[in-house]
Amino acid sequence: MARTALRGRLTWQAATVAAVTRETASVVTIELDPPHWPGHRAGQHLDVRLTAEDGYTAEREYSIASAPGEPVAITVERLEDGEVSPYLTGELHAGDELELRGPVGGYFVWEPGDGGPLLLLAGGSGIVPLRSILRHRLRTGSDVPARLLYSSRNWEDVIYRDELSQHRDGVQVSYTLTRGQPAGWTGHTGRIDSVLLAEVAWPAESNPLAYICGPTSFVETAAAALVGLGYPPERVRTERFGGTGGH
Amino acid sequence: MSPVSRGFRHLHRASDEDAGRLPPGQYVTEGFPVLSAGPTPHTPLEEWTFAITQGGQTRKSWTWQEFRALPAVTITADIHCVTRWSKLGTQWRGVPVDTLLDLAGYEAPYVMAFCDGGYTTNLPIADVTGGQAWVAFGYDGGPLQAEHGGPARLLVPHLYFWKSAKWVRGLDLREADEPGFWEKYGYHMYGDPWREQRYAGD
Repeated sequence: MARTALRGRLTWQAATVAAVTRETASVVTIELDPPHWPGHRAGQHLDVRLTAEDGYTAEREYSIASAPGEPVAITVERLEDGEVSPYLTGELHAGDELELRGPVGGYFVWEPGDGGPLLLLAGGSGIVPLRSILRHRLRTGSDVPARLLYSSRNWEDVIYRDELSQHRDGVQVSYTLTRGQPAGWTGHTGRIDSVLLAEVAWPAESNPLAYICGPTSFVETAAAALVGLGYPPERVRTERFGGTGGH
Repeated sequence: MSPVSRGFRHLHRASDEDAGRLPPGQYVTEGFPVLSAGPTPHTPLEEWTFAITQGGQTRKSWTWQEFRALPAVTITADIHCVTRWSKLGTQWRGVPVDTLLDLAGYEAPYVMAFCDGGYTTNLPIADVTGGQAWVAFGYDGGPLQAEHGGPARLLVPHLYFWKSAKWVRGLDLREADEPGFWEKYGYHMYGDPWREQRYAGD
């Protein structure tokens, strides 16, 4: 039986922005201090609502970047044709208020009791909920082995680069850079495919649990490749961003 | 009172016509985003069936060939995803759920749609009858692609799109309104976009 997330009504609340930290040229992490936070699980998301001076409102959902027990944080990538993300990444400052409600979602989540070994596949800003899972694993002292494969256009676009390089003790992090590589790059190159996954992913016999987050084409390719490698579909959890042009 | 975000402006102004068709909190997308909880299933058409079931019994079942021999209609509808995108004027081909239920015979207040991959979603019978719901196999003049729910998905455009279950394989007639996949995770039991019923309690 899946753990249920039926709670009371999710109400909007004005959270204070505690800090805005630049991650890459187009990505920031926003730490939030909501007055009432029921706690979240690694992998969940929250809703953000912006109100313009003329009363117009826009809502979006963002994956929670922090681990359960840590201050609530979201990591947002600026989309050039977006309406909400340019504001969040360019205009928002510590001390501002931001309306939110959450947490939301209960399937794309991981608890130490869910076991592993864990296979985390991130495409671009799809790293955000997987970062929450890795932090949760570390904070809970879990010894579940984990592998992260992070696909990014360039090295400069890798989010949480320093933090990810510090993971030890049962966490293996590898990258594939799809567009450009720094001089002397020894990691993987090119888009994720079944050849790369056959090399990087846990063998299906070890009964791994996979979480894939990224753009649709990334998730479709990666999920199909894992099923092709023998992963049971019910051990492959996915979260996709649409390429909707609306964020 | 919501705090005003200084410097935040309304950029994506939908046309007036679109604005009247846009439920609260939604924005118009021209793309067709994909949202699924797991890998895309690929059931061969020779193995595909659609069934109306009740109490563990199959009342009526169709093979792909039998299903495609049923009279189909073209549907034009606006669709609204709980993640806030709406797509206006989408065009589908499908068999009315009325047709399927009438052939199977039914008497139940609710249905649970069931799908390849284990996905389920609950709906009142009143929302899948009366010309409001279809089992769609075509999209935009072609076959429905697997990532969008092909070979066939439920189409219930007056509710949030998670109710339009992808890879649908049948409807189970139910006496009670029990939560399906997303409903168990806190999403609304009914999901009316015009009343913004996203989550339980909305």
